[in-house]
Amino acid sequence: MLRYAARRICLALVILLTVMIAMYAMVFLIPGDPASLALGPRATPELKALLVQRMGLDQPILTQIWLFLRNAAMGDLGYDVWSQRPVLELILEFFPKTLVLGITTLLWALVLGILLGAAAVVWRGTLTDRLLGLLSVSFISIPSFVIAIYLILVFAVWLRWLPAIGAGNPGDPLSQIRALVLPAFALGIGWVGYLARLVRASLLEVMGETYIRTARAFGLSERRVVFRYALRVAIIPTIALLAVGLGSILSSAVFVEAVFSRPGIGTLMTGAVSNRNYPVVMGCVLFMTAFYLFVVTAADLLIARLDPRVRDAFRR
Amino acid sequence: MPSDAEIAPAEPARQGRERRAAGRVLHRSSLRVLLRDPMGALGLILVVTFVGMAVFAPWLAPYDPLKLDVMNKFQPPSWAHPAGTDQLGRDLLSRIIYGARTALSIALTSVGLAGIGGLILGMIAGYGPRWLDGILVLIFDSVSSLPMIMLALAVITIIGPGTDTLILVVVTVSIPAYARLIRAQTLGMAQSDFIVAERAMGASGARILIRHLLPNVVGPLVILLSMDVPIVIMLEAGLSYLNLGVRPPTPSWGNILYDGYTSLRSAPHMVLIAGLPLVLSTLGFTFLGEGLRDALDPKLVKGGA
Amino acid sequence: MSEAVLNVEDLALSYPGGVQALRGVSLQVRPGEVLGIAGESGCGKSTLASAMISLLSSGAEITGGAVYLRGENLMALSERDRRRLRGREIAMVFQDPLTAFNPVLRIGEQLVDFQVNAEGSSREKRRRAAAMLSKVGLEPDLALSRFPHELSGGMRQRAAIAAALLMRPAVLIADEPTTALDVTMEAQIIHLLRELQAEVGCAIVIVTHHLGVIAELCDRVAVMYAGEVVEVAPVDDLYHDPLHPYTRALLSCDPSALVEHTGHLPTIGGRLPDLADPPPGCAFAPRCPLASESCATPPPRVRPAPAREVLCHKVAP
Repeated sequence: MLRYAARRICLALVILLTVMIAMYAMVFLIPGDPASLALGPRATPELKALLVQRMGLDQPILTQIWLFLRNAAMGDLGYDVWSQRPVLELILEFFPKTLVLGITTLLWALVLGILLGAAAVVWRGTLTDRLLGLLSVSFISIPSFVIAIYLILVFAVWLRWLPAIGAGNPGDPLSQIRALVLPAFALGIGWVGYLARLVRASLLEVMGETYIRTARAFGLSERRVVFRYALRVAIIPTIALLAVGLGSILSSAVFVEAVFSRPGIGTLMTGAVSNRNYPVVMGCVLFMTAFYLFVVTAADLLIARLDPRVRDAFRR
Repeated sequence: MPSDAEIAPAEPARQGRERRAAGRVLHRSSLRVLLRDPMGALGLILVVTFVGMAVFAPWLAPYDPLKLDVMNKFQPPSWAHPAGTDQLGRDLLSRIIYGARTALSIALTSVGLAGIGGLILGMIAGYGPRWLDGILVLIFDSVSSLPMIMLALAVITIIGPGTDTLILVVVTVSIPAYARLIRAQTLGMAQSDFIVAERAMGASGARILIRHLLPNVVGPLVILLSMDVPIVIMLEAGLSYLNLGVRPPTPSWGNILYDGYTSLRSAPHMVLIAGLPLVLSTLGFTFLGEGLRDALDPKLVKGGA
Repeated sequence: MSEAVLNVEDLALSYPGGVQALRGVSLQVRPGEVLGIAGESGCGKSTLASAMISLLSSGAEITGGAVYLRGENLMALSERDRRRLRGREIAMVFQDPLTAFNPVLRIGEQLVDFQVNAEGSSREKRRRAAAMLSKVGLEPDLALSRFPHELSGGMRQRAAIAAALLMRPAVLIADEPTTALDVTMEAQIIHLLRELQAEVGCAIVIVTHHLGVIAELCDRVAVMYAGEVVEVAPVDDLYHDPLHPYTRALLSCDPSALVEHTGHLPTIGGRLPDLADPPPGCAFAPRCPLASESCATPPPRVRPAPAREVLCHKVAP
C-alpha cells in the first residue's frame, strides 16, 4: 500500500512538473519578450522594469526556471501587477466560490444520475429505459452554457423566479443559495446524463451476479434487489469517477460563471485572458492542474484503501 | 435492435488478409445497422444537414451575413427574415448558416489533424524504443491532466485569440486519447504472429504495421473523432461567446449567442434561435457517434440487447 | 405413495436462439425425501432447478407444462405471488458460495433481509438467523457481523445453507452445493445437509454431476440427458442395476469408482445433440451402444418396477 501510494504521488508530481516546465517554456518559444507580453499593450517602461525584476527575467534561463519552480513549490505563483496583489491571494479569494458551485453541482448530479440509472435498470428493456437513455445522451452533448442561457431566459427573465446574475448578497445565505440554483443546474445536467449511463451499465453488470439471484431466490422485490443489493456494489466505479468529475466540472465552470457573471476562478481567468494578464492566467492554470491532480490522486489512494481487490492488484 | 445474424459477418476475422476483406463487409453492413437505429439515423441526418449548410452556405443564405441594416434591427422572425435580425439588423438565419461553416471547419480540421497526429504518435510509442514510449506516455498523461478549457485560456493569453489558436489547442489536447488507442493496438499487433511472420519474410515492419493496423483502428478512431466533434463545437462557441475565439464580425454560433444574450430582454428570439444550431449539431454528432459505435461493435450491441 | 410437495409436469423451456433446454420433464418431489438430479453439464439440470423456484434467467421461456408447489401452479401465479412463496415454501442454495452473498453487506444484514416473507420484527429475524447459524456449526455472533469475504469457502456455504433453511421451507433446492469446495469440506457439507434434513424435515433436491454426492445423500435419483429425464430410480437400484444405457455409461465414467482400477478416466464417446434442433427419436441413440432402427422414434416411458421409470426402447417393461 505504501509503495503504491508513493508511486501514485510521484507520478502526480512528475506530471505537475512537466506541465509547469511546458507552461514556462511556451512563453519563451513565442516571439516578443515575456514582460511586454505579460503586461500587454498597456505596458509602461516602469511597469516593465518592475515585472522584469519580479519575474527574474534578467537572470539566465535555467536560473529562471529554477526560481519559478522553487517559488511555485513555496506557494508563490507570482505577482499581479494590475491589482497589485500576489496571484495566489487572488486565487484563494476566488477559488472557494468556484469550489462551492462545483461541489453543489456534483452532489445533485450524483443523486439524480444514480436514481435515473437505477430506474433504467428497474424498467430495463421498456420504453422508459430507452427514453432515459436518449435523455442521458442528450444531456451529455448539449453545451452547458447554452443550457445556462436558456435557463436565464425562462427562470430569470420570463418567470422571474431566480436571479440571472451574481452569486447572491454577502451574508445572506438564502440569496446565495438562490443564485446557486441555475448555475449548478446548467453545469450538472451533463453529469446527470453521464452518471445515469455509467450507473446503468455498471448495475446491469452487477445484476448478473449470483448474489442477485440469491436475493431474488428469497423473494426480495425487484426494487429492493436493485437499490439494496446491486446499487451498493455498482456504485463503486462511479465514486472512483467523482474526482475526475469534480476536476472537469470546475474547468467547465469557466463558461457558466461567465454567463451568470458569477465571481470565481472562471471569471478571474477570462478577465485576465482578455487583458492578457499572463501571471494570473498561468497561476490559475497551475493551481487548477495541481488541485485536479491532488483530488484524483487522493481518490485513487482512498479507493485502494477501501477496496482490497484494487490494493492487491497493484501489489503484484 | 438488429438481430445477431446481421452482425455475424461483421465480426473481424483473425488473420490479417481475411481481416481486410472482412473490413469491407463491415462497412456495408454497418451503414445498414446504423440506419436501422433511429438514433443513429437521426444523428446522420442532422450531421448531413449541418455539413450541407456549411458547404453550400453562399447559396443557402438569403442575405449577406455581414450586411448591416440598422433600420431593421431586432426584427422578430418574419417571411423576409425567417429567424429575425440582430442588434445591427443583420439577417440571423444567414449568420447561423455561415456560423455552421465556422464551427464545422474548425471542428473537422482540428479533429482530423488530431486524428492523424494521434495515429503517428501512437504508432511511434507502440512500435518505437521503450524509452521513447515512456516519454510519450508521460507527455500524454500530462496533457490529459490539463483540462482543455484551461489550456485554451493559457494559449490564448500567449498567442492571442483566433481560429489558429483554437485548432492548436484542440489538436494538442485531443492527441493523447487517439494516441493511446493506437498505441494499445500497435503494442498488441507488434507481437502477433502475422507481423512476425511477414517480417521474417523480409518486409519492413512499419509498413506491414500500417497496412494491418489501419483497417483495425479505423472503426474505433472514427467513433472517437465523431464523439469529439461536439466538444470542439462547444469549445469554439464558448470561447467565441467570451470573445476569445472567432473574432466578430465573422459569424460564429458563439458570438451570435452572445449578441442575443446582451439583448435578452428586448429580443429573446435571438437567444432562442441562436442556441438551436448548437444544441442540434452537438446532438447530431453525438447520436452519430453512438450509432456508429453500436454498428461497428457487435459485442456492444449484443451486450445491450 | 404420499402426495408430491413439488410436482413438475411435462415442463418445456427454451432459451433465445431456440435451444430447447428442457423437453417435457416430469418429476415428483415427495415431502421429506432427498432427490438427486444427475447428468453431464448442459443436460438441463441447472435449468430445471431454476424452473422449480421459477427463477429463470432472462430470455428463458416456458413453452409448455407446469410446476406445482403444494398443488399451486407456479407458472400461473403472478410474479408477486411467486415472490411470496420464495424462501418460505421453497429455497435455494447456489453452487459458488463465494458469490452467493453480496460482498458489501454483512452476513447478518443479508440473513435478516432474506426473511422478507417471514413474520416478525427484525430483532426476531436476527435471533432466528443466529439460531440457524449455530445449527450449521458457525459461531452466530461472529458470523452475523462478518462480511462474506471474511469467511472461508466452507463457512460461506454453511451460511448459505443456514440462509436457505431460515424459514423452514418445504423444499430446498441445492444447485451443485459442493462443487466449489474441496473434498473434506464436501464431506462435511453433505453430512450437515443430511443432519438438517432430518431435523427440519424438508424435501431436498440436489443437482450435481458428482455421483458420489448422490450415493451419499439421496433417496432417489433422476438422471437427465439432453433436456429429458431418462431414468428415475431409488438410489440403490440405480447404482446396482442401472437400466438406461446412458445411466450405465455415466456410472462407468464416475472417477471415484473407477480411476483407481484403470488409472484413466473413461469417457462417453460422441457429443450432446444440438438442442436447437433435437432429433425426433431417442436423443442418446447416436452415442448408444444398443441403438437400433427403432431408436429413431420417440422412446416410450417404461415402468419396470413400481418406483422406477426409464425412457428407452431397449428396456423391457
